[in-house]
Amino acid sequence: MNKIIKKRILSENVNEYVISAPAVAKNANAGQFIILRVDNDGERIPFTIADFDRNAGTVTILVQTIGASTYKLALLNEGDSISDFVGPLGNPTDLNEFEHVMLVGGGIGSAVIYPQAKDRHSKGLKCDVIVGARNYDLLTYEDEFKANSDNLYVMTDDGSYGEKGFVTNKLEELIKAGHPIDCVFAVGPVFMMKAVCDLTRQYGVHTVVSMNSTMVDGTGMCGCCRLTVGGETKYACVDGPEFDGHKVDFMESVNRGKFYRDRECEHYKKEQEKNGKN
Amino acid sequence: MVKTERNNVIVRDGDVRIKDFAEVSEGFTYELMKAEAERCINCKNAPCTKGCPVGVKIPQFIKCLQEDDLDGAVRAIKIDNNLPSICGRVCPQEKQCEELCVRKLKLGGSVAIGGLERYVGDYALAKNEKAVPSTIKLDYKVAVVGSGPAGLTCAADCTMAGLDVTIYEAFHKAGGVLTYGIPEFRLPKDEIVKKEIAKLEEIGVKIVYNTVIGKTIRMEDLLEDFDAVFIGTGAGLPVFMNIPGENLNGVYSANEFLTRVNLMKAYLPDSDTPVFCGNSVAVCGAGNVAMDAARTAKRLGAEHVFVVYRRGRDEMPARAEEIEHAIEEGIELKLLTNPTEVLGDTHVTGMKCVEMELGAPDASGRCRPVVKADSEFVLDVDQVIMSIGTRPNPLLVNEYSALEINKWGTLVVNEETQETSVDNVFAGGDAVTGAATVILAMGAGKQAGATIIARAIAKCSK
Repeated sequence: MNKIIKKRILSENVNEYVISAPAVAKNANAGQFIILRVDNDGERIPFTIADFDRNAGTVTILVQTIGASTYKLALLNEGDSISDFVGPLGNPTDLNEFEHVMLVGGGIGSAVIYPQAKDRHSKGLKCDVIVGARNYDLLTYEDEFKANSDNLYVMTDDGSYGEKGFVTNKLEELIKAGHPIDCVFAVGPVFMMKAVCDLTRQYGVHTVVSMNSTMVDGTGMCGCCRLTVGGETKYACVDGPEFDGHKVDFMESVNRGKFYRDRECEHYKKEQEKNGKN
Repeated sequence: MVKTERNNVIVRDGDVRIKDFAEVSEGFTYELMKAEAERCINCKNAPCTKGCPVGVKIPQFIKCLQEDDLDGAVRAIKIDNNLPSICGRVCPQEKQCEELCVRKLKLGGSVAIGGLERYVGDYALAKNEKAVPSTIKLDYKVAVVGSGPAGLTCAADCTMAGLDVTIYEAFHKAGGVLTYGIPEFRLPKDEIVKKEIAKLEEIGVKIVYNTVIGKTIRMEDLLEDFDAVFIGTGAGLPVFMNIPGENLNGVYSANEFLTRVNLMKAYLPDSDTPVFCGNSVAVCGAGNVAMDAARTAKRLGAEHVFVVYRRGRDEMPARAEEIEHAIEEGIELKLLTNPTEVLGDTHVTGMKCVEMELGAPDASGRCRPVVKADSEFVLDVDQVIMSIGTRPNPLLVNEYSALEINKWGTLVVNEETQETSVDNVFAGGDAVTGAATVILAMGAGKQAGATIIARAIAKCSK
């Protein structure tokens, strides 16, 4: 059992949890993920480590309520415990060879780029950040990015905050203006990552993405998280979660991500009904 | 000698059992057990024991059954095998002990050793007698990585000898392949696996869940805290065929399919973990895992389940009993058939196959299948389960490269001690042999346990 030390509501559907997990925090690094089970019958779901504190023995995750399991998690509060929490899994991000890194986060993808910003900032390495959200309410981690980046660009689809437009608009504008970028690290919804990669490919800018596939064990045993990278099948859990974005078959990943969607919607509805909410 | 026919364990009817996940075999009744035990003639040279990978003293335990001394039978088995209720169910006895039984050919068939072992194991579990570990505790800490058959056995032996043992398990449940791999209908989880594990905890084995050695705890740190480490991480990495369409929705590795169903209980309607239940399912491969996947798919409601295999019936690597049970349950064998492509736009709509014929024997001695000309056809399926084998998981070795591996990725060990290339780090089971049997894994766990115990005694008597 792992206790929820802190819960913060970031937007209507996004919660931040600080969870007691000393063993995970001890070896955690930016870019890795954990797998949790909310309760004894829960499914195993992966979340990126958004932050960790080795001294406090805590790991922070951002959770968007999109299905039955994340809904169950949303019902929990500070002091409650979750059944299982395993990690750190996957490989840490390694962008140290690049001098000018542009971190691009869409929606909850900010959870993945934030530890990278923090890591680079603490090492005195340069990093600029573009974050995007549909609207102001869905924007996460703005203050955290402000404190851990050289330049921060905020985009909203509806213009309710920052600049109106997509992260790709800002990225293209910066590339065209000759802003130094050796590497783009883009994380967010698959379509956003695809759009970023389509853009950077034109300009020959190396781009790394973090794939958030469905997983079961997270240690290479099942192959559920497989994707095609450069024509080869890779496992997001042990080969990734980060890959060369110009080589990822995003449309295949979009399709795989939809596999259980109908069943999940149904199950989510049932779970809500169980809790007297419609 | 009288030619009495072999008594077989009671098996539920195929059409009944495909409607649930309850155990297929119901084992022996007391009367049947007695009748079968009487058939053993207690050969002096015990060929059966020579066929057992861990050398269970079979004539001794059966003699106890003949004398109605069930406790004696438990003791006789447990000298060599800690988990008879599991081995009695999943060992390929027909290729091991029963293969060498003198009754096999002319005297009514081999003694049903597996069924008798299961009876004894279940008796011991039901009796729930507490094992008493050595009262002399040795100041020697052992970490066991993985809670499958190898790890459980090593942990049990070391604990009984008075060592301080901690098992680290990556999953949230213990048992390894016994829990995530072998289905409920062959090996009940609550009645057997869970109970065996509870007994280990009762004697003092500590189990730490959700801990991936190499990730959560570095091997270097583990070696600081423990005197010896046993690696029993199995061969859990699935192999795919590398044919087009394998990443379509509806294509599973057998590992994923079985893990969802067995470990995550996706067969229960309200399970949080989903699994796709196809109407027409192709299982590629013909080993025990393929049979498990096929029979599971049938139980999930598939109308047609095809086992697709490029060689013939005689070459199928699964146990004869599993193949027979599969056929009884309506599994259709598509032999001499090789998949070449999974068809579909987003989800599987069919599988392109070619027919094969057997040519000259290859290096393995098995006839090499060759493609028949103009034989391509499409198998009408909406789900494909790849079950063509597994490899050891490289996760630990990738994080700790001091461990020597061979070209197949399995850990290199000293065969007598089970020690790896790193001092006081031992290994056994599928991580060393590649995908093999539960009993071989247990044998390796036992062997490693013996070495570790000897080291502990040597260290503590200094």
